[in-house]
Amino acid sequence: MTGTVAPGRLTGPHAAGDTVHTLLVVPAMHCAGCMAKIERTLGRIAGVASARVNLTARQVAVAHDHSVTVPDLVASLNRVGFEAQPRTATAAPVSAVRPLLAPLAVAAFACMNVMLLSVSVWSGADGPTRNVFHWLSAAIAVPAVLFAGRPFFVSAWGAVRRATTNMDVPISIGVLLATALSFYETLTGGKEAWFDGTLMLLLFLLSGRALDAMMRDRARAGVDALLRQAPGGATVVASDGTTIWLAAADLVPGLMMRVAAGERLAADGAIVRGDSRFDQSLLTGESAAIAAATGDQVLAGTLNLENPVDVRVTASGADTSLAEIARLMATAGQGRSRYVRIADRASRLYAPAVHSLALLSFVGWLLAGAGIYHALVIAISVLIITCPCALGLAVPVAQVVAAGALMRRGILVKDGSALERLAEVDRALIDKTGTLTFGRPVPDPACLAALDDAAASIALALASHSRHPLSQALTRALAARGVRAGELTAVREIAGRGIEGCAGTLAVSLGRTTRAEGMATALAIPGQPVWIIRFADGLRPDHAEALARLAAMRVPCAILSGDNAAAVDWAAQATGLAAQAGASPADKLAAIAALQQVGAKVLMVGDGLNDGPALAAANASIAPGSASDVGRQAADFVFTGESLLALPRAISVARASMRVVRQNFAMAIVYNLLAVPLAMAGLVTPLVAAVAMSTSSVLVIANSLRLARMPR
Amino acid sequence: MTSLALLVPIALFMGLMGLLAFFWALRRGQFNDLDGAAARILIDDEADEPQP
Repeated sequence: MTGTVAPGRLTGPHAAGDTVHTLLVVPAMHCAGCMAKIERTLGRIAGVASARVNLTARQVAVAHDHSVTVPDLVASLNRVGFEAQPRTATAAPVSAVRPLLAPLAVAAFACMNVMLLSVSVWSGADGPTRNVFHWLSAAIAVPAVLFAGRPFFVSAWGAVRRATTNMDVPISIGVLLATALSFYETLTGGKEAWFDGTLMLLLFLLSGRALDAMMRDRARAGVDALLRQAPGGATVVASDGTTIWLAAADLVPGLMMRVAAGERLAADGAIVRGDSRFDQSLLTGESAAIAAATGDQVLAGTLNLENPVDVRVTASGADTSLAEIARLMATAGQGRSRYVRIADRASRLYAPAVHSLALLSFVGWLLAGAGIYHALVIAISVLIITCPCALGLAVPVAQVVAAGALMRRGILVKDGSALERLAEVDRALIDKTGTLTFGRPVPDPACLAALDDAAASIALALASHSRHPLSQALTRALAARGVRAGELTAVREIAGRGIEGCAGTLAVSLGRTTRAEGMATALAIPGQPVWIIRFADGLRPDHAEALARLAAMRVPCAILSGDNAAAVDWAAQATGLAAQAGASPADKLAAIAALQQVGAKVLMVGDGLNDGPALAAANASIAPGSASDVGRQAADFVFTGESLLALPRAISVARASMRVVRQNFAMAIVYNLLAVPLAMAGLVTPLVAAVAMSTSSVLVIANSLRLARMPR
Repeated sequence: MTSLALLVPIALFMGLMGLLAFFWALRRGQFNDLDGAAARILIDDEADEPQP
């Protein structure tokens, strides 16, 4: 096989010797059953050497030889019910936890061993034994502190260089001074070394940091998996009639794209052959499909609903109408980056207070006649005892537990600051298409209920053979009703007309109808009247309860939609909300800016490309899992279920987590009120420091864990 | 006290071995998929036989 191009080389696998390694993204897998099914399915293919699932990243790594192509792998996964995509090389997620694991392990090892040695010092070892133990502790602790403390030192140095301060500045100063003092004590054969407390501090703080990173990793893995699912390309027809799949980035003006029904356009263009209807809701929020015939302009991001069309690319990449939205988003996100997290706000008050207290005790003891060495020891013990151990855990632990509780309810949190910002919101603006509604056709339940069992099973069998959006909606709805697909033979899809097949001896069909207004499909079975199944873009279930709960939480809502006035009025009447219709992305930005000007904290809920700038500009934002790439990327939260109850749920958990954070801060302050006078009086020994630190940390963690049992 | 001269090095050595084992595991990618590792225990090996 040498000299030939490896199969599927275009899509990203790299060859190593005779085996090819391919990474496939499988967003839908979530349990042991899925893992086993995927690994076994792939393992059974001849030519596949191994298949290993990574559940956290929602990926499967396949080692196979050249006889197996990437489309083979994708197709075999499709057959067992999993959508799969080769991973694009650009989306290499970098884990935030991994760089923290090694420092965490070193801190844990050093802390435990030094604590072991310290216990004998506390229980009365003295003379040469104590000196040996101190030297052993120093030998373990000094390198361990330098290694494990690096994440804090780097961040603190970064803050100091920009002439600001963050939580890591007092931590770094305290840790370094305590280590230096203890090393000096060891050198001079002194009585007290603080290695144990210093290492314990690092261990607790690193745990908090690692938890925080783990939350971000997990949410990002979920969102990344959703993102990579989106098709970013088009089938291009060459002049000789051959077709080739090109990624969106490789499309250039002049190429001819063949766009099947149910496919999204990857570039702007003009229709050369065929006519169809296009769903622009993702781009503009407009719910009614737009008819376009030969010669008409069609836009990237719109969905081809009916017939295959050939489109001549007129603009691609940065020139498309999408680029305008991207530019708006880039500027809209700047406001949010100025947000200062609560831990850093706290440390702006905390660090100067602690450092002046330490200075005060140093000067005070000097004035009282103590030697420089003695005064220095006391000042440093103040720094150690006030080192924000509990404070460093107060925020991350509460947010990690809250994010875990939300994730179990299908709400992904992008990072901790999102929870802080969401807790503050007092206004909500909700997009209509795709957010308040499903944004896709849903068959009328009354029409489905009218079907008898035989007709329903034929309808499901026919619909399951098509990728047409209406067929897919019908398949989903019928399958959810527990209908079993009947046996069909000679099934074929006629573009623009529908699906035909034979059920036993009857020639049945499902397809286009002119007999009904709006979106509808007709099911024809010989000997029966034609069944008309109507479709509408329905409101999400529970929208009334969700909006009522938001109102009860003092978060008044309004609709902000790009759709036409008639459609928005209908939604406004159904929900009883005020509404603004026909809003362009810039109008949405302006509406948010106007509210923020009068001091409101705005929550934006939206899904479309047209919501992207608004999602980025709002104080906090939520997108449904069905949202566009842009929507999911710009939003702080992504909810995967269908229910809008995710909104009040997310807000109440965010508010609860902030309550717990405030309680944790209060506890840390009480602890300091007790400990600081002792330290300033020179009464704190390494034993007292160790006990005080671990007690306050355990209290903070225990208080945060209450969030895991949040009521609905 | 002489027992300490023996026991302390043994304790440190064992702790160090644990740390090295952790680093080895980290380098081997054992911590790349914590969710998957938790779920993998539930996979039923017997179903590995070709299904009817």
